[in-house]
Amino acid sequence: MSTRRLAIPLLALLTLLLAVVTRASVEVEPLSTPELQARYQVLIEEMRCPKCQNQNLAGSDSMVANDLRREIRRLLEDGFSDAEINDYMVARYGDFVLYRPPVQRNTLALWLAPGVFAALGLLALVVIVARSRSGRGAGQESQADELSAEEQRRLAQLLRGEGDRGSKHND
Amino acid sequence: MARLKLFLPLIIFVALALLFWRGLSLNPQDMPSALLNKPVPEFALLDVETNRELKKSDLPSQPLLLNVWATWCVSCRVEHPYLNKLAEEGVPIVGINLKDDNEAAQKWLEKFHNPYLFSVSDVEGRLALDLGVFGAPETFLVDAGGTIRCKHVGVVDDRIWQTKLQPLYERLQKQSWDEFSGELSDSLLSRCH
Repeated sequence: MSTRRLAIPLLALLTLLLAVVTRASVEVEPLSTPELQARYQVLIEEMRCPKCQNQNLAGSDSMVANDLRREIRRLLEDGFSDAEINDYMVARYGDFVLYRPPVQRNTLALWLAPGVFAALGLLALVVIVARSRSGRGAGQESQADELSAEEQRRLAQLLRGEGDRGSKHND
Repeated sequence: MARLKLFLPLIIFVALALLFWRGLSLNPQDMPSALLNKPVPEFALLDVETNRELKKSDLPSQPLLLNVWATWCVSCRVEHPYLNKLAEEGVPIVGINLKDDNEAAQKWLEKFHNPYLFSVSDVEGRLALDLGVFGAPETFLVDAGGTIRCKHVGVVDDRIWQTKLQPLYERLQKQSWDEFSGELSDSLLSRCH
């Protein structure tokens, strides 16, 4: 029963994924070899449409995205390497076109921030866990240790005669 | 320590507020031109009006505007009268007619007056691509040596001309870029992509 219940949402999710794949691969005609086609797909996924706010070349239908896709196809067929195509695009449109920006001074924060934040988070987690562990243990001990003479007396009293004393405490 | 902990949410809030405030004031469309301070790319394209082949060497050796336009571009229609005015004042403008129908382009120039020294027909968008153009209108300020010194994306109007392009254009007429670029304010230069 439970597997059946799960199956429907899972199937729906899979269909959604398929829809994404088909949308991305609409193209006039494939490149001459599957290898080039695969590189082409990666390149247009990782390059940003200069005209659009936040879309890659694969997802945009703007004029400039069309032109750039055509240019990438031409360069691939002409035997340019991925790095050369990257340089070609950056020389014309700047680092703006790269969704995977190069590591350089002005992108250092971008590259390092996730690691730094992950490290900070991990550190915080370790500190919290360590503190709560030692804290709980120490707390119990110190409570037991620091029971004053008065408290000891009351404890003994409570343990001895809960019945009649209890009613008075409830007031 | 306990006091600090108390203020931690406030501190985080202020830090995030500052970050987002800064983020909101940035223009996400802002794309520094990679062609700034680079020479105008080589080209060999046909003249819109005469169909004669024109090359980079046909550009006059003086400060000029390189304007990307097209008949399908609505903003270009808005910009056109201002280009006419600049041309009348003696500013040399060279047109790059982007991915356009040549006949339509010729009609446009007849009908709305031709402010250009000449316009080249960039049917495939090749020169535009080499220039890092992503739409129209776009305007480049080119110095006498054929080097791009400033770029404006969108319509050039009175305000843009007076605050952004004209100050540089006028100095370029008297001096070479290297002689005065050091004195230019960062705010002026940073607007020049």
